[in-house]
Amino acid sequence: MKIVVCVKQVPDTNEVKIDPVKGTLIREGVPSILNPDDANALEAALALKDKNPGSTVEVVTMGPPQAKIMLKECLAMGADKGYLLSDRAFGGADTCATSTTIAAGIKKIGDYDIIFAGRQAIDGDTAQVGPQTAMRLGLPVVTYVEDVEINGDKAVVKRQLEDGYEKIEVKLPCVLTCVKELNEPRYMTFAGIVDACKADITVWDHNDVALDPADCGLNASPTQVARSFTPPAKGKGEMLTGTVDEMSKALIGRLKEKHML
Amino acid sequence: MYFTEQHELVRKLARDFATKELTNEILDEVEETAVFPQEILDKMAKAGFFGIKTPREYGGQGADVRSYVLAMEEIARVSAVASLYVSSPNSLAGGPLLLAGNEEQLEKYLRPVVTGEKILCFGLTEPGAGSDAGGMTTTAVKDGDYYILNGRKTFITMAPFSDYAIIYAKTDMSKGTHGISAFIVDMKAEGVSTGKPENKMGIIGCGTSDIIMENVRVHKSEMLGEENEGFINAMKTLDLGRIGVASQGIGVAQGALDDAIAYAKERKQFGRPLAKFQAISFMIAEMATKLEAAKQLVYKAAYLKDTNASPKECSLAASMAKYYATEVCNEICAKALQIHGGYGFIKEYKIERRYRDCRVFTIYEGTSQVQQMVISGVLLK
Repeated sequence: MKIVVCVKQVPDTNEVKIDPVKGTLIREGVPSILNPDDANALEAALALKDKNPGSTVEVVTMGPPQAKIMLKECLAMGADKGYLLSDRAFGGADTCATSTTIAAGIKKIGDYDIIFAGRQAIDGDTAQVGPQTAMRLGLPVVTYVEDVEINGDKAVVKRQLEDGYEKIEVKLPCVLTCVKELNEPRYMTFAGIVDACKADITVWDHNDVALDPADCGLNASPTQVARSFTPPAKGKGEMLTGTVDEMSKALIGRLKEKHML
Repeated sequence: MYFTEQHELVRKLARDFATKELTNEILDEVEETAVFPQEILDKMAKAGFFGIKTPREYGGQGADVRSYVLAMEEIARVSAVASLYVSSPNSLAGGPLLLAGNEEQLEKYLRPVVTGEKILCFGLTEPGAGSDAGGMTTTAVKDGDYYILNGRKTFITMAPFSDYAIIYAKTDMSKGTHGISAFIVDMKAEGVSTGKPENKMGIIGCGTSDIIMENVRVHKSEMLGEENEGFINAMKTLDLGRIGVASQGIGVAQGALDDAIAYAKERKQFGRPLAKFQAISFMIAEMATKLEAAKQLVYKAAYLKDTNASPKECSLAASMAKYYATEVCNEICAKALQIHGGYGFIKEYKIERRYRDCRVFTIYEGTSQVQQMVISGVLLK
């Protein structure tokens, strides 16, 4: 099987602070990490490779040259090849333009049996790039994947919903976007790191993936950010203590007090 | 300046591992039960923590000494005892085998050690022979194809649950340190027993005990290296061991400094955070500066090893690194505890454990005074 995984390098939002005056992210000095959902996507791919010897896992990302180190991290976890779509022309892309570029990269990789992506990136939370990429490649897509099993030329997927799940059978090749409940991403290994640092990352610009600069980056991004703001922090909730009975009584008392009951 | 992209990823791996796996709940449990969870050791083995610098052909990872140092530092930053489990197979267990083992021994002992299947301990110290390792009284007397071992080793890390031990014993009583040989002893062999695990001040969760040998028969094929050349083997092993302990020192010190900074910002007295008092902020400045100096010594010692500097240069750098890093680690932990005031004395705060754990760093694998002997010995030759 040839498995492709879409990944993104994101600022570690656990470490991000908000500029209280401008209301924007302070990105300076914030470490960059492999987007958490993408790590689950990669783990799904690597687990599939473990089950099907002879399979390959290839990771693809769009980003600045610094994203190479994240691709190497993916190789150190067990991926076989890394592709970086990097070009000034790709800069300033919204999800619409990003998916054009990613789809062009995957087309060039070619011969894929299945494509995994994370549900969404923690820096944008849009969850759009995976499905859009599927659309551009003309492939079926299942989002919020929390379990997957390959059965011949089909994938049987458990799709997470807020109040339950759907079980969906989908024909390969397809795009699956993964949630963290799917698996526990493996660690890199020391040997994997040594090998990854010797490996070459393939870098493609718009010419390599046959894209017109007018179709990528800022030029092809209809989204405009009108305003960004930090919602005011919610006040601290009150924790009730005691036995279940005592807490229920206290809760009913509070609700009555507020005329909610 | 000593690091490459490879080391950046190694640090990330070790830091991710330490923060994710070595949670406060688990570390508290280790303190209470004195047992380290096998599940975490299995995960360490899988990621390659036990054979970081060991060549691939023996099941190792083929990385370098700098990678080892960074892994040790990041693990020790969260848990000193966890870092001991990393250091042992890489250093005191793997070291003597890599230095003197033949192909058969490397396959039989090194491979299972670096893949985490077996545990091997290092038996040099005796009740009457600590810093003066040459003063050991354990004997190995030749009897046909066998050697008969008698004696007692003490303070042997991991002895209570080891599968094998490397035992240094005198094969020629008349030659002092030139009459010592190294043997690989099966801990289940007849005549081998361990004492009761010591009740230690720190590093709880990794048993230390005596190894007692009464007429233990060891086949000559289990001799490690040449007869009467065991002492050199032990000393060379300790050379690398020193870098390992030094990296534990900078790791624990970093953890203590992190604790002190967080506490100084959060704790208020006289209407302002402790960090706003010059006395406290200057303490933190001093701790951080000394820690940085220690780190540079440790990284340099590792870099010299990786770039095949002369043995003399490596030995000097390793001793300086161990001496300084472990001394300032103790100083930094003591100051960090002081900043915590009364809470620092309470077990709920991590600094209490760090303070106890690091105390042994200036003692094991060559005391600070032995390091000073090595350093001055090179300089005054």
